[in-house]
Amino acid sequence: MTQYLMSVIHDWDKIGEGMTEEEIQQSFADTGRFNDALKESGSWVFVGGLTHPSNATVVDGRKDQPLVTDGPYAEVKEQLGGFWVIDVADLDEALDLAAKASAACRHPVEVRPFAGPDGV
Amino acid sequence: MADSQAQAAELDAAITEIVRAEHGRIVATLIRRLGDIDLAEDAVAEALVTALERWPVDGIPPNPGAWLTTTAGNKAIDRIRREAKRDAKYAEAAMLKDDDTPPPDDGPVQDDRLRLIFTCCHPALAMENRVALTLRLLGGLTVAEIAKAFLVPETTMAQRITRSKQKIRNANIPYRVPRAEDLPARLGGVLAVLYLVFNEGYLASEGEGIRADLSAEAIRLTRQLSGLTDEPEVLGLLALMLLTEARRPARIADDSLVTLDQQDRALWDAALIDEGHDLVRRCLATNRAGPYQIQAAINAVHTDALDASMTDWSQVVQLYDQLVAVQPSPIVELNRAVAVAELDGPEVALHVVDQLDLATYHPWHVARAELLRRLQRYDESRAAYDQALALTANEAERAHLSRRRASL
Repeated sequence: MTQYLMSVIHDWDKIGEGMTEEEIQQSFADTGRFNDALKESGSWVFVGGLTHPSNATVVDGRKDQPLVTDGPYAEVKEQLGGFWVIDVADLDEALDLAAKASAACRHPVEVRPFAGPDGV
Repeated sequence: MADSQAQAAELDAAITEIVRAEHGRIVATLIRRLGDIDLAEDAVAEALVTALERWPVDGIPPNPGAWLTTTAGNKAIDRIRREAKRDAKYAEAAMLKDDDTPPPDDGPVQDDRLRLIFTCCHPALAMENRVALTLRLLGGLTVAEIAKAFLVPETTMAQRITRSKQKIRNANIPYRVPRAEDLPARLGGVLAVLYLVFNEGYLASEGEGIRADLSAEAIRLTRQLSGLTDEPEVLGLLALMLLTEARRPARIADDSLVTLDQQDRALWDAALIDEGHDLVRRCLATNRAGPYQIQAAINAVHTDALDASMTDWSQVVQLYDQLVAVQPSPIVELNRAVAVAELDGPEVALHVVDQLDLATYHPWHVARAELLRRLQRYDESRAAYDQALALTANEAERAHLSRRRASL
């Protein structure tokens, strides 16, 4: 079994753009249903949706005095919006789930394996 | 002395041929047994060194493929045991059985090479990486050969192959024939890789020698694949490649491209054409037409004609109609229009061609130039040749187009 991070990366300023309120609500409902099915399948490890990146704070503790900065680490438009951690047999299973997750949340989904115990 | 040198060269060539033919099967079997691509490759490389030492003395064994598989398997087990003594993490791997365990029952076809080709051509790998891995692992080409064929530095190609193998391991890309419901789509991806390799060898003008080898390699891999699955598109692709390859000897004269209608058909390879026609007939019998089969059928109509004037253009247009239906694209429309010109005249064809949004595709300008020429609109024709020339770097094609332009 391999664990994968499935992340949704999007432009927060354009979220819901071109969608009606009804369509947005529908995508939330579809994502909820996807999450339920994921838990049922046994592949679920964790799921989380994030707040707006302006709520982020970066802390650099490499020096004596930690340096605290308001805002996200990288000043780019596209930021992490939410993610799943899944545990499945192989990449094909992960890609199948990612396709369903993407259809439900209406965003592309990046699939990336976690490093194993020996760090590869 | 000269005799023994000639004999040694002959033996070298024979060994190279065996390795090319058997590499995919040996590596694929070892990857299944060892669960590790690098270990499998290293073991095969070591077995080859042993073969090169032993075969000139003992002679080539009666079943060289089996000999190499057994030897490589033993080399891998030796290495695992050596490393197991040093390194606990290999201890488990050392439990590996050194007999031929039967392959797991996880697909419609039981062949390790088929598993391997689906791994090498996995959609999670970039197209250029699929091509490189397929040629390295299944084709047994060296990294240097692949780099030369694709005109990139050897270090670049080595890195591309290493990274792809790392991704296969780290992302856990399965070593398995896809499920039946995914098979047609995934097989389409494999065929696209093989066709790209073929065309890389057929269409390129630079580095002629090694690149022509790419076409031969693509044909060999497609032929192998056709023995592993009943999917008619595989036969269709094989037929398409054979009927295209058959015309290679007539394709270039005096360093200039020779178009189909001008080719000396006596130079065509009759054996390849016979085999290609036979495959097209087998495809027709399955009645499950797909894009490669239809393109093969179009090539069969062309290679059926003793000279260009005897081409059955109405059949060609009908086949293009089918191709447009299953694989609509402006490029297919363009090719169809070229056939329509033979049936309904250049004016009808030009009208179709001018509707297509293909201004960056040089064959579009070539088609326009030829149609305008037939309509005696010479100034426009000349301008179209110029645009085509500006868009192609292929020397043989440039020579042909310049000659056509000058003859207006």
